[in-house]
Amino acid sequence: MTKTKNTSLFQPQLLKEALIQSVIKLNPKIMFRNPVMFTVWIGTAVMLIVSLWTLAGANGQGSFVYNFVVFIVLLLTLLFANFAEALAEARGKAQADSLRKTREETPAKKISAIGKFHPNEVEIISSSQLKKGDLFFCEAGDIIPADGEILEGLATIDESAITGESAPVIREAGGDKSSVTGGTKVLSDRIQVVVTTQPGESFLDRMIALVEGASRQKTPNEIALTILLAGFTLVFIIVCVTLKPFADYASTPITIAAFISLFVCLIPTTIGGLLSAIGIAGMDRALRANVITKSGKAVETAGDIDVLLLDKTGTITIGNRKATNFYPAHGVEEKEFIKSVALSSMSDDTPEGKSIIELAGVKPGSLKIENARFIKFTAETRTSGIDFENTRIRKGASDAIRNLCEKAGNTFPKETIEIVSGISSNGGTPLVVSENEKVIGVIELQDIIKPGIQERFERLRKMGIKTVMVTGDNPLTAKYIADKAGVDDFIAEAKPEDKMNYIKQEQSEGRLVAMMGDGTNDAPALAQADVGVAMNSGTQAAKEAGNMVDLDNDPTKLIEVVEIGKQLLMTRGTLTTFSIANDVAKYFAIVPALFISSIPALQGLNIMKLHSPESAILSAVIFNAIIIPLLIPLALKGVAYKPIGASALLRRNLFIYGLGGVMVPFVGIKLIDMVVSLFF
Amino acid sequence: MNTEILGIIFMYGAVVLLAIPLGRYIGKIFTNEKTWLDKIFNPLDNLFYKLSGIDISKEMNWKQHLVALLTINAFWFILSMFVLTNMSWLPLNPDGNPSMTADLAFNTSVSFVTNTNLQHYSGETGLSYLGQLMLMLWQFISAGTGIAICAVVFFAMREPKVSSPSGRDREGLLGNFYFLFVRSCTRILLPLSFAAAIIYAFNGTPMTFEGKDTVTTLQGDTVQVSRGPVAAFVAIKQLGTNGGGFYGPNSTHPFENPNYFTNIIETISIFLIPIAMIFAMGFVLKRRKLAWTIFGVMTIGFLCLVIPSVYYEMQGNPAISQMGIAEPNGSMEGKEIRFGSAASAYWAINTTCTSNGSVNAMHDSMTPLTGMFTLLGMMINCFYGGVGVGFLNFYVFIILAVFISGLMVGRTPEFLGKKIEAREMKIAMLIALLHPFLILAGTALASFLYSGNPEAYSGWLANPGFHGFSEMLYEFSSSSANNGSGFEGLGDNTPFWNIACGLVMLLARYLPIIGPVAIAGILASKKYIPESAGTLKTDTATFGLMVFAVIAIVAALSFFPALTLGPIAEYFSLY
Repeated sequence: MTKTKNTSLFQPQLLKEALIQSVIKLNPKIMFRNPVMFTVWIGTAVMLIVSLWTLAGANGQGSFVYNFVVFIVLLLTLLFANFAEALAEARGKAQADSLRKTREETPAKKISAIGKFHPNEVEIISSSQLKKGDLFFCEAGDIIPADGEILEGLATIDESAITGESAPVIREAGGDKSSVTGGTKVLSDRIQVVVTTQPGESFLDRMIALVEGASRQKTPNEIALTILLAGFTLVFIIVCVTLKPFADYASTPITIAAFISLFVCLIPTTIGGLLSAIGIAGMDRALRANVITKSGKAVETAGDIDVLLLDKTGTITIGNRKATNFYPAHGVEEKEFIKSVALSSMSDDTPEGKSIIELAGVKPGSLKIENARFIKFTAETRTSGIDFENTRIRKGASDAIRNLCEKAGNTFPKETIEIVSGISSNGGTPLVVSENEKVIGVIELQDIIKPGIQERFERLRKMGIKTVMVTGDNPLTAKYIADKAGVDDFIAEAKPEDKMNYIKQEQSEGRLVAMMGDGTNDAPALAQADVGVAMNSGTQAAKEAGNMVDLDNDPTKLIEVVEIGKQLLMTRGTLTTFSIANDVAKYFAIVPALFISSIPALQGLNIMKLHSPESAILSAVIFNAIIIPLLIPLALKGVAYKPIGASALLRRNLFIYGLGGVMVPFVGIKLIDMVVSLFF
Repeated sequence: MNTEILGIIFMYGAVVLLAIPLGRYIGKIFTNEKTWLDKIFNPLDNLFYKLSGIDISKEMNWKQHLVALLTINAFWFILSMFVLTNMSWLPLNPDGNPSMTADLAFNTSVSFVTNTNLQHYSGETGLSYLGQLMLMLWQFISAGTGIAICAVVFFAMREPKVSSPSGRDREGLLGNFYFLFVRSCTRILLPLSFAAAIIYAFNGTPMTFEGKDTVTTLQGDTVQVSRGPVAAFVAIKQLGTNGGGFYGPNSTHPFENPNYFTNIIETISIFLIPIAMIFAMGFVLKRRKLAWTIFGVMTIGFLCLVIPSVYYEMQGNPAISQMGIAEPNGSMEGKEIRFGSAASAYWAINTTCTSNGSVNAMHDSMTPLTGMFTLLGMMINCFYGGVGVGFLNFYVFIILAVFISGLMVGRTPEFLGKKIEAREMKIAMLIALLHPFLILAGTALASFLYSGNPEAYSGWLANPGFHGFSEMLYEFSSSSANNGSGFEGLGDNTPFWNIACGLVMLLARYLPIIGPVAIAGILASKKYIPESAGTLKTDTATFGLMVFAVIAIVAALSFFPALTLGPIAEYFSLY
């Protein structure tokens, strides 16, 4: 997990921008988007008129100063709510800007297949002129001008501008590490790259637009919550409007200021004011974790995930397997076997292949062979190898080789079966090698499980998430590693469609599935999964198919993403509870104040012993206003998620935000009243 | 311990002990399992199905259920309008009582159709026996409607792959409404009413079609005494949370409720089916813990209302104590000596918490806070609630609580494996809004008219001031809760009250049925999500607390300002 630039919550520059924005957002057209705060806006407008009216000599509405103070407090309520949203936006923008800086204009060495003068002519243009499909090349020291895929070559690249990780990474043509990101720097070698995105349409551009609010749409859950809050607002409109004839019946005049104060205090302004800030902050948190989301909904869905599909390699085990042992078959010379093994891995540029050569201790160049034809690994044959002269060497999973041998009429030796199962049950991966469809031996590959991964899976289990390890290993090996790492299930000998089928199966049972992937093979599964996180280093197809892109290429990032999603929902839920629970105290502050002057007996209801009706009403609205900025840090940071089970979590949050929500305003209003009573 | 209090504890204990086996029985009735009454009732039910040409194997979705419900209700509504406006010349009118005016007939029909049984007339003089029988039939139909539609919601809440009564796997199909409706009437209401009616008849409640009797009193005067098929009427009145009495004074009348024993039976009858419905849900869904959680929340709510009420009634009235008059039996104004203050207060909360509305004492005469608790019982209307519909009201609060607490545990809210989304929230919120809206808007309209011209409407309020406000608030609460009890002291047989209350009753009956059924129906057709450790459990004490808090804040607190001007102001002026 990389620690990323943690901007402090209140940077002066951000504050300044947010302050300006909060005034601009007073525009009723913008306010209208938020029904709760829009009603406050109307109330504020009415109070402005009433204070002017009292100035002009209206009777029975209280003093001008009192009305004007109520107006000011309501205006502040609006500004605070706007400020929360503006601050969240500003923070998101600042974060996005720092990423955007990486893609400022850079020169691009564009290659034109048919140039003005000669084919493959190189022309230096500005990065913004690059279109999808254009070719360019980069050499050591160049900044990559646009997102793209390497067609030729290999390079070490410094991606710290995007990921914050200073160690350079290797990107090469072919395979699943062929993707490069604009703004990163080539440190060595030379690569030829094809541009994969239109200018202005990269993931980063999309993310920036989301954070800036221009294309931010309310998520389904946010809509449902807005309905709930609008419903509460309506209840209190009814309560306040009907109070007028009730008061007339009881011959108790109630001032307009009191009506509006009661209304504003009762409606859920706290959550209403912070709601959009919470949503933006959620995406912002994702961005801080170096995950680019394509929609706000994806973050929310992440919180609901039931099943997590994780690739074994890189996620559960460190990097790649290494060859650790050679077991020549009975009657095969070890030297011969090693030679065959080395030959079969000559063109195998997978890390496993390389580790075999390493263990063999043979320089591939030293083996002179003619008419060699390299057989690439395919998901169908699940073998790779080399053909030369009359020799066909293959290596692959034991069942694949067994198939191959038995098809050719050769038996699969018993001792090989024993070796294979021996290796498997120790968590190793056996690779069986055949020469001309006869088994000549077994290579043992070993996995190393990442330290600390068990704790992470334990945490996921407590969240109620089932973890599934996906691996190409045989079931025995897979089971060994699954047990050791503590995952709940595994898919062994996985072909790309197995992943897809597993996801579909889980989904048909109503579960939500998340997965992480990088290869083109993963694209269909990434698209099928409810949350698909593509690695930034992955292929373009994978990045298009998923709904998030992880800039760090960290396979354990999914766990963080799930927590961010949960935090987002929890922050909404707890602040809603807090906001509604506040009403209890506000009722006890305002209702007696409304009637005390004409029905003195109701003094008994003034349990907080507030000084006067005016001070009680003012204290309640002031509390209502200042609670918003006080809660901004919580809204932006999010309520901490603890994987302690749903019931315990509910108990905890209900205690803190429910009981707290009832108690805090009693104390707060009383304290404010002690100050206000000096004036009113 | 005080025998009055022991009496109450006995009544509550008995009702719970009876409700558990009854709940199991009701569950069997819904799911069409064998019961020992099948032999008697199967032929009867089949006769009904045959006569009305109903194919009970045809399952319905939630919309078809609602259509069936409204059809049954509309048909009988028209018939009862006809009988009430023409009963003077129709048979079974030995006392020669007159027909009703159109607005009173409307109010009465609506009131019985909607299980409210608000009576702006007095049975002895305002109805013929045919009219009484019509209304008695209604007490069965409206209660049966409530029970049947509640069963539909139970079916909708089931996990998928549980076979429905007909044995088929359901696809948004939730049983047959007619089947559920007929069985609710014949298998649940009829046998219980029959048993109760026999007890009442043996205790002196009349059961006859003869007209008034003339009695010579000890003083030598002759007195005309109204009779009629009272025992049968009282039985279903209590059991179906109907509450419409045969006589004007309802169960305070010695013929409707002759002694403390019948009072026990009648009090038990009020709660019996509403509580049994919760256990029935537990059996149908095979989620007994959920049933106990819901029962627990309702019980705590009920206790919060009943304990202070009994306390204040037993304390007596401070205004009387101040005059130096001892009140050893508590506040006895408007109460019957044979029941005493505690049993009367207990009944008052029973009848207002459920939508029953029968009375064994004058609610108008209760001490202010007891008056407030009766009001709150109706305003909340789901601490047990009316037969079937009480659960539906509670269901809406569950949905709201699930939504908020679902968010609090960081997951899209789910209830019994179904996601709660914007559409369900919209319906739930509208239904939760409706009740405060109808009560507050109605009372506001009445207050507006009254305060605008107190002379013109002076006939309305027997007591102006805070108490008069409570009277108006009570009338609309009672209408909107489909309760039907009256605070009395309100001159309510006027076109304004008849029509306003009639409309409130209609809206407050059908919308809160349609809403929850729609939510349950929509949820039933959604994908089922199996439970995991991250799923919020709804059968825990914590969740129960959450539901309780939602009810307290949404339902109770929105009436706080109104209650302040009524009973609370009265309390502080009196004490």
